[in-house]
Amino acid sequence: MEILVCVRRVPDTSENEIELNRAGNDIERDELVYSINEADNYAVEEALQIAARVGGTVTVATVGSEDDEEVLRREMAMGANRGVLISDDAFSGSDGRGIATILKAFVEQGHYDLVLTGVQAEDGGAQVGGMLAALLDYPFASLVTSIEPLDAKKLKIGREIAGGNKEMNEIDLPCVLSIQTGINEPRYVGMRGIRQVAGVPIPTFGAKDLGIGACAVGEAAAKVRRVDYFVPALGKGAEILRGTREENVDKVLELVAAKGGLK
Amino acid sequence: MAGILATAQVTSSLALSLASGRSLFLIIDLLGIACFSYLVAKRLLPLLRGQRDFRLDRPWLRLGKVLKFWLVQWKQPRYFVAGILHIFLFAGFLVLLIHSFSLVIVGISEHFVMPGFSGRVGDVYDVLKDYAATLVFFSVAIAAVRRAFFKPARYAVPAKYGKDHTTEAVFILGLIATLMIADGFFDASHAAAQLQLGQAVQWLPVLSLPWMLKSALLSAPLATLQTIHFGAYVVHDLTFFVFLCFLPMGKHFHVITSFFNVYFAKLDRGTLKPVRWGVTDDHLDQVKSFGVKTFEDFTWKHMLDFYTCADCGRCSDNCPANAVGRPLSPRFLTIKARDYAFQHYPVLGHESNGTPLIGSIYSEDEIWSCTTCGACEAECPLLIEYIDKVVDLRRGMVDDGNVPQSLQKPLKALESRGNPYGKMEKKKADWANAKEFQQICPVKTLDAKNGADTLYFVDSITAYDDRMQSIGRATAKILNHVGENFGILGASERDSGHEVRRFGEETLFMALRDHNVEAIRASGIRRIVTADPHAYNALKHDYKNLPPVEHISQVIAREVKTGKIKFDPIANENSVYTYHDPCYLGRHNQIYDDPRDVLDAIPGLKRVEMTRSRDRSFCCGGGGLMLFYEPKEDQRMGVKRVQMAAEAGANVMVTACPFCMVNIEDAIKVAGLEGKMTAIDLAELVDQQIARPSPDLNKEQADEIKDCVATSESASRPE
Repeated sequence: MEILVCVRRVPDTSENEIELNRAGNDIERDELVYSINEADNYAVEEALQIAARVGGTVTVATVGSEDDEEVLRREMAMGANRGVLISDDAFSGSDGRGIATILKAFVEQGHYDLVLTGVQAEDGGAQVGGMLAALLDYPFASLVTSIEPLDAKKLKIGREIAGGNKEMNEIDLPCVLSIQTGINEPRYVGMRGIRQVAGVPIPTFGAKDLGIGACAVGEAAAKVRRVDYFVPALGKGAEILRGTREENVDKVLELVAAKGGLK
Repeated sequence: MAGILATAQVTSSLALSLASGRSLFLIIDLLGIACFSYLVAKRLLPLLRGQRDFRLDRPWLRLGKVLKFWLVQWKQPRYFVAGILHIFLFAGFLVLLIHSFSLVIVGISEHFVMPGFSGRVGDVYDVLKDYAATLVFFSVAIAAVRRAFFKPARYAVPAKYGKDHTTEAVFILGLIATLMIADGFFDASHAAAQLQLGQAVQWLPVLSLPWMLKSALLSAPLATLQTIHFGAYVVHDLTFFVFLCFLPMGKHFHVITSFFNVYFAKLDRGTLKPVRWGVTDDHLDQVKSFGVKTFEDFTWKHMLDFYTCADCGRCSDNCPANAVGRPLSPRFLTIKARDYAFQHYPVLGHESNGTPLIGSIYSEDEIWSCTTCGACEAECPLLIEYIDKVVDLRRGMVDDGNVPQSLQKPLKALESRGNPYGKMEKKKADWANAKEFQQICPVKTLDAKNGADTLYFVDSITAYDDRMQSIGRATAKILNHVGENFGILGASERDSGHEVRRFGEETLFMALRDHNVEAIRASGIRRIVTADPHAYNALKHDYKNLPPVEHISQVIAREVKTGKIKFDPIANENSVYTYHDPCYLGRHNQIYDDPRDVLDAIPGLKRVEMTRSRDRSFCCGGGGLMLFYEPKEDQRMGVKRVQMAAEAGANVMVTACPFCMVNIEDAIKVAGLEGKMTAIDLAELVDQQIARPSPDLNKEQADEIKDCVATSESASRPE
C-alpha cells in the first residue's frame, strides 16, 4: 500500500510561552521551538504500522519552507521511506483551501492508495483533510481512531463519536483519513535516528513542478484572512476547596457526580 | 607425635586397600573430568559471542578486591546468620579443596601425597581439614534446616518467575554433606582398622567428624571396615564428580565463577559503561545498533554475572522497586538471563540465538522500573552489576523507538530547550534574579565580562521548579556567606543529562554534555559546586576533563571545620531530625559523613538514624526523568521512606537532593503525615541556621559590639 502522510511543523505549545507580537496579528516567533504537529505524528506511526503489516511505502510531505525539513527528517527517522518538501514563494499566505489545492496537485502526481493527515494542526483549523478529499473526489473520514486493511480496495476504520462512543465504517480506497491522537503509541525518535537520515536527500516540489497556477494559491487566492489574534481574558478561576480532608473528598465526589463523571 | 605417626602411616603398608578399584576409579575420574570440561566449554560459548568489555586493567586493585570480597567474604555478614554460615562453608571448601583433589588421585595411586603436604605441613593440614569438614558438615545441616523449615522470605520465588529453587539448594547441600560423611568414613574406617591391627594409628582430631565416626566403627570386623573404606571412597569419588559437574548447571556455578567475577568486577563507582567498549564517541554513529537487544549484546562480563548469581536474594530484598511492587526484581533480572543462556546454549544440541529479550524474558515496564539507586549492587556479595545492564537494555529500547509516551515529551523538550520541562532558556536564572534576592545575595551570570572562581551548577529542577528554587537560593547564600567568588551559567546551562543517560538516550546526553562542557570551559572557572547529587555525579563521572566538582554538603562541612560557618541553635526543641542519604550522594559517591557532620555541628539538633541508612539507604523514588515515568506499583517508594523516618522517631527529614525533596514532600502528603513530618534540604537548613551578624548593623558596629562583649566578659571574670 502506498501511503502519503501530510504533516506540518508547529510551535510546540508545551515548550513555548506563546506571546502576541507587537502588531497583535500574530505570535512572537523569535524564540520559538517547533515540533511535528502531534496528530500528524500519530498519522505517520499509523502509516508505518500499516506498511509493516501489509507491505508498501510511506511518504511524508509538508507544505512549507526549508525550516520545515526538520520535521520531515524526524518522520523519516521514525521509518518513513521518503520525505518531500512542497515549497514555493507563491504558496505563502495560502488559506486552508490553498494548502489543500497544493496537496491535491502533489497527490495527483503519485499513486497513493491512502492519504493521511492529522486530525488538525495545533495552529490550524482542521480544514485541509476534508478539503483535500473533496478536491480529489476521494472518500473521507475524520477523527479516525483505528484502521484495519480489509483487502487491497477497502479499509475498516473506527471513528470517535462524542460521548465516548465509537462507530466502525468500511471505506473504499483510495481515500483520505484524518487521524485522531491516541490511535497508537508513536515510537520515539532521538537525535541518533535523525542524524542517521541527515544525508538522505529531500526533494522539493515547487508550483511549476506541480502545475499549480499562481492565482489558485497564496495570499491573493486566500478567501479566509486572519484579522485579529489575541489571548482571551482570564475567566473565573478554579474553585479551591478549603475544608477538611473528609469534607473535600465529599465535595469532590459531589462535583464530579454533578458533571456526570460518576454513574 | 602426629608427625611420626603420619610418616609411619605412609611408609607402612596401608591397613585397608583401594587397589582393587583402581581401574574403576580411573574410569570415574576420566569420565568426570571429561564431563566437567565439556560443560565448562559449553558455558563459555556465549561469553565468546558476547560484546567486548575491558576488564584487564589495574591488576593490583583487582587482586585487592578478590582478597576483600572473595577471600574475606566482606559483604557476607551484612546478612548475619546466612553470612556466617557461608563464611564457614567457603573457608571449609578452600581448606578441603586440596584434600579432595589428592583423595581423587589416591584412588589411582594409593601412596600419593600432594606435593608440599608431606611432613609437618601435612600434619597441620590434616587436622585443619578434619575440623573444616566437620564445620562444613554442620553448616550444611543448619543451612538445610534454614532453607527447608525457616524459609527466609527472600528465597521465595513469586509464581510469575517460575518454580521454587529450594530443591536445587537442598540437593546441593545433600551432595556436600555426602562428601563430608564419605570422607569421614574413609578416614575413620582406616583409623579403626589400624587400631585393630595394632599399627601406628592415624591421629584424628578430637570431636572432628572422622573422630566421631571412628569411635562408632571401633568394634566393627576388619572385613566390614574394608567394605566401608572402599564403599566410602566410591561414594566420595562419585559424589565429587557429580558435584563438580552439577556446578555449571545452576546457581552453584558461583563456586567456580565467583573468583573471576570478583576479579573482573567494575572498579569505578558512579560511572556507566560506554555504549560499546572500544568505540569512541566520535565513532558511535557507525555503530549499527545501540544497547542490549538480544542476549549476545551483553558483554562477556555481564554474562559471567548471570552465571555467578548465587540466588541469595539480597539484591531484591534491598531493591526499592521490588519493595513497592514494581515489576522489577534484580534477582530475577539475572536468573531469567541465566536460564535464557542455559536454554539457548544447551548442554546437548545446537544453540539458538537472536531472540529479542524485551517481550520474551523481560518486559518494558520491568526495565523502566529501575531508579538506578544502586541498592542491589551495594548488597551483592559477588559484585554483580545491574545498573549498566538496565541502562544497556534501555539503550536498546530507545534505539528501537520503544520509549514510554510519558517520557517522550520531556526527552523532546531536553532536545529543543535543554530541560525536561520545556521552559525557556532565558528563564533559567530567574530564581536568582528577583530584585529582593539580588539585594541580599548577588548572583553573577558568567559571561565574557563576568568571571568567577567557582561555578554553581544549578541544573534544571532547581532552576525551574518553584519549590526547588529555594534550594538554589539557599545554596547561593551559603556560597556568598563563606565569601566564595561564584557565578552561574544561566541561559547557557543545559540539563546535566544525568538521567537522560541513565534512561538510555546516549546521543541526547552527549549533546547536552558537550554543550555544558563548552560553556563551563568558556566561563574560565576553576571549580564547580552543585547542590544536586545527580548533577554532581554527571559532572564528576559522566563528563570528562572538568575542573574539580564538589557537592554543597562537602563545602559546608569544610567551612564548618574552618569556622567560617557557625550555627544558631535549633529553636524548636521538639524537632527530631533524620538524614536521608540521596543515592547519588551516598551509595554512588560515598558521601555519607559530610552531611551528618554538618547536622551534628548545629547546636541543639537532635538526630536519629533510620535503620536503612548510608549504603542501605532506601531510594525516595528516583530523580530526573523518573519523575515523568508512570510506574506500575502498589505504593510509592517515598511513602515507604517517610514511614521509615517516622518509625525512627523523626519528624524532620533532611535530604540533600532536589529530587528527594519532590518525592519526600509528595510522600508526606500521600502518607497522611502532613503536620507530623516535614522535609528540608541540607542547604536550606544550613542557610536557616547560619549565625549571621544582625542585618541592622554594619560591620564596624558589629565588630564594636563583639569587642564590648569580649571586654565585659573578661571584666566580669573573677581575677
